[in-house]
Order: sequence, then structure tokens, then C-alpha cells
Amino acid sequence: MGIFRMPSLGADMEAGKLVEWLKQPGDAVKSGDIIAVVETQKGAIEIEAFETGIVESHLAPVGATVPVGIELALIRTAGGQAAAASPQAPRPAPSTAAVQAAPLPAAPLADLGLRASPAARQFAKEHGVELSSVQGSGPEGAIVYVDVERAWLAGQTRGEPSKPRPEKRAAAGTDAMRAAIAAAMARSKREIPHYYLGDAADVTKSIEWMSARNAVRPPDQRLLFAALLLKAVALAVASYPEFNGHFRDGRFESAANVHAGIAIALRGGGLVAPAIHGTAKLSLDQVMSALRDLANRVRAGRFRGSELADPTITLTSLGERGVGWVQPVIYPPQVAIIGAGAPQLRPWVLDGQVVPRQICELTVAADHRVSDGHRGALLLREIADRLQSPEAL
Amino acid sequence: MTSDQVKSILLEEISNIAPEADLSALQPDADLREELDIDSIGFLNLVIALGRRLGVNVPEQDYSHLATLRGAVEYLANSASKVSANPRT
Repeated sequence: MGIFRMPSLGADMEAGKLVEWLKQPGDAVKSGDIIAVVETQKGAIEIEAFETGIVESHLAPVGATVPVGIELALIRTAGGQAAAASPQAPRPAPSTAAVQAAPLPAAPLADLGLRASPAARQFAKEHGVELSSVQGSGPEGAIVYVDVERAWLAGQTRGEPSKPRPEKRAAAGTDAMRAAIAAAMARSKREIPHYYLGDAADVTKSIEWMSARNAVRPPDQRLLFAALLLKAVALAVASYPEFNGHFRDGRFESAANVHAGIAIALRGGGLVAPAIHGTAKLSLDQVMSALRDLANRVRAGRFRGSELADPTITLTSLGERGVGWVQPVIYPPQVAIIGAGAPQLRPWVLDGQVVPRQICELTVAADHRVSDGHRGALLLREIADRLQSPEAL
Repeated sequence: MTSDQVKSILLEEISNIAPEADLSALQPDADLREELDIDSIGFLNLVIALGRRLGVNVPEQDYSHLATLRGAVEYLANSASKVSANPRT
């Protein structure tokens, strides 16, 4: 029997509110399945199960405040063996009892005319989805959050015009998001001794290669420069493990894989930097696909717990219309962050001649407890080198 | 497809990318990406949506035609009529 505990969803949040169970007692669950939805300052986060088995019981009711480490559910694993509660040692659970709202009645959905969960109703209201047209997949055909979301997304891809959204929660939630960013960035500056390096990289080859490739592809298969940057960073950092991992409890642990976080700006303000898992092992097209998918979900206010908690290094790219360079701030508990300015056509000296080249200012900020400037400079050089051979990315 | 139909579809898809924007205030010759703060991912999503709805896959070298509302409607209406005249897609 394994106790499933509330996972950490990033350095800047500590508790969320459980808004929906997606797996009920008796349901089979496998590792990676979305088991519950937790509302946080950053939006609705899907919590994934770590193990495979059958849900035995819920240990927290809908509406409860769920801090990191709190017991959420009992999962009966195959063979009846106690499964690891989480992939990493969970934060110590608070010794006081979980903060819980009064348990809800056993069948709250029965009271509603149309059987839909509160989270589903909220989403439907915000996105103009007709509940009566949604197929329910919850208990006894009740409509749950993912059903409404799926219906809305299907409406989007069918090319149906979406109904105008009312001034959505992102505007109202901006204060909460701002507070979360403030907490994380203040902590970063307080705790992490940053050092900073930068260098101009000639990325003409990458950009020309990308343009040639995109010219013969339909839009949904085209690449953005950010995808090349992500792959270059992921490959480069393999030789520089002191830039890829987490600093916790006074020590650095290098990560076995690279999960590159990508900073995504939200409309109306705010910033999140969720991870693309296994970045180094993905093809460029897969990185691009993951990037677009992530950006779309993030802007819809919906992403997964593991995407927030897992980045091992982050890239902040200003895209093609940003300013010349960015000096970013490390997201704790990571130990490095790479910045990339907007590529700009500049006069450059090549083989003794002044020629126009696409120049991208690459910067790195790193944790001086873990690495030094000499290695940071080599990492930047390695990233720039990778961008000279885009076909190998 | 008429220019008005193209414009209507274009505005719908723009509003999916920039849902909080007041599109009625958009000037025909204003730079769309600047006015509406649309980044490269947003713009790519727009191009993908236009491809789906109008059957027009705008090549990268033609992105500059989509810089303003007026330019975009003209370009897309033109391309859409070519698509229907030559339906091999």
C-alpha cells in the first residue's frame, strides 16, 4: 500500500487547494496518470500519480488546502507491496494534522441539476462551453474538468470560433501570480550567489538552416529558433553537469537527465518556466512540438505538476522581436539559467571582412556555490558551437 | 470567399491568440504584432489556424504580408481565391 503525497510544484509555492479528484477509489491508476487537480497561484495544476495500482481511498477531500507532503491518497500497488510514496524524498509532512475543510457529502454531484463538478462548471463558464453538449467521463457520467477542457479544445481544433471569453481569471489571478514570482525571485537573490557571463554568438548558420527547412513545410511543422536553443543547451550541458541539477539542503545534486525549463510570458503579465522532459533525447521536431503544446497549455492556465517541479536548467529566450540581451535570474532550486537575446543582423568580422551576420547574445547566470566562471564560459562556448551545426541538433 | 469573410475569420483567430484585446479599435495599418503584443509562438499559432480555416499555408517569406490587418486581409483573400481555383489540396 503506498501513500500518495502532495508533490512539490516548484520553489515558489507551498500549498494549493484540491479542486477535483480524477481517480476514484477502485479506479486503476498508472504512473503518469493525472490523479487530481490542484488550484494554485499559477492556475489549475494536474497532479500525476507516481505509481501503478488501484486507488484504495482518498485521504483529502475536495476543497482541502493541500500543502506539500500532505497525504492525498492510498494506492494499493500490485503484489500488495508498499510502493515508494514519491520519486524523491518527500518534504517532511507537517506534524500537525492536514488543514482540511469539513468533508463534503458523499455524493455532491447528485444535488446539481446537471451532474458536473465545480471545477468543470468554472471552466465551462470561463470558456463559454455549453455543459449540456459535453460528454461526461466522471462517476455515473458526471462531467468533470477534463471533459469540458477536451470539448473546448476540440472546438478550437475544428476551427470553430470560440465564444468571446469573459475577462478571465488570469487578470484576477495576476496579483497571486505576481506574488509567487516575487517570492521565488526574492528567494533566488537572497540565497543564490549569482555570477554572470555573456558572449555574442554568430547564429547565421542556424537561422539560415531553419529558414530553408521551414520554407518547404506546412506551418504546424515549422521550427522556431527557441527550439534550436533548447536543444543546443540540453546537449551542451551534458558535458557540464554542475549546471544541470538542484541545490537543496546545503548540497548540489546533478540530474541524470536534462529537463530544460523554458520561460513563457503570459498575456497580461506573469511568467512561468515549465520543463520539457528529457530535452536532450528529443528530436528538434519533438522539442518544437513540446514547446508549442506547453505554451498553449500554459496560456490556458493549465499545466502539470511535474512540468513545474522538474526543470534542471532553464532557458529564457526573448524570441525574434525582443531586445538585444537578457540577464536572467536563477529559479531555485536550479543552479543555472541561460539567456538568449533576439537575433539581430549586425556588422561582423569574418575572414578579415566586415559582413552582416545574425548575432545572438547568449548569457548565463550560475550559482557560485556550485560552479565557477571558467566553466560557465566553456558552457556558453559549447552552446554557441552547437548552433554552428544545426543539422546535428 | 469574400474579403469580408476572410477578415471575419482572421479577426476570430486573432482573438483566440489575444483574447483580451479590443479588436474593434484595431487600425487597418497598425502593426498587428506590436499592437497586440503577439510573440513568435502566438504568431505561429495564428498562421497554423489560418491554414486550417482558409486552406492557405503562408510561407515564412510572406509573413511580412500579415503585418497589418489591411495587408493580411488582402494577401489572404488573394491566396484563398487561388486555393479554390486550384483545388488540389
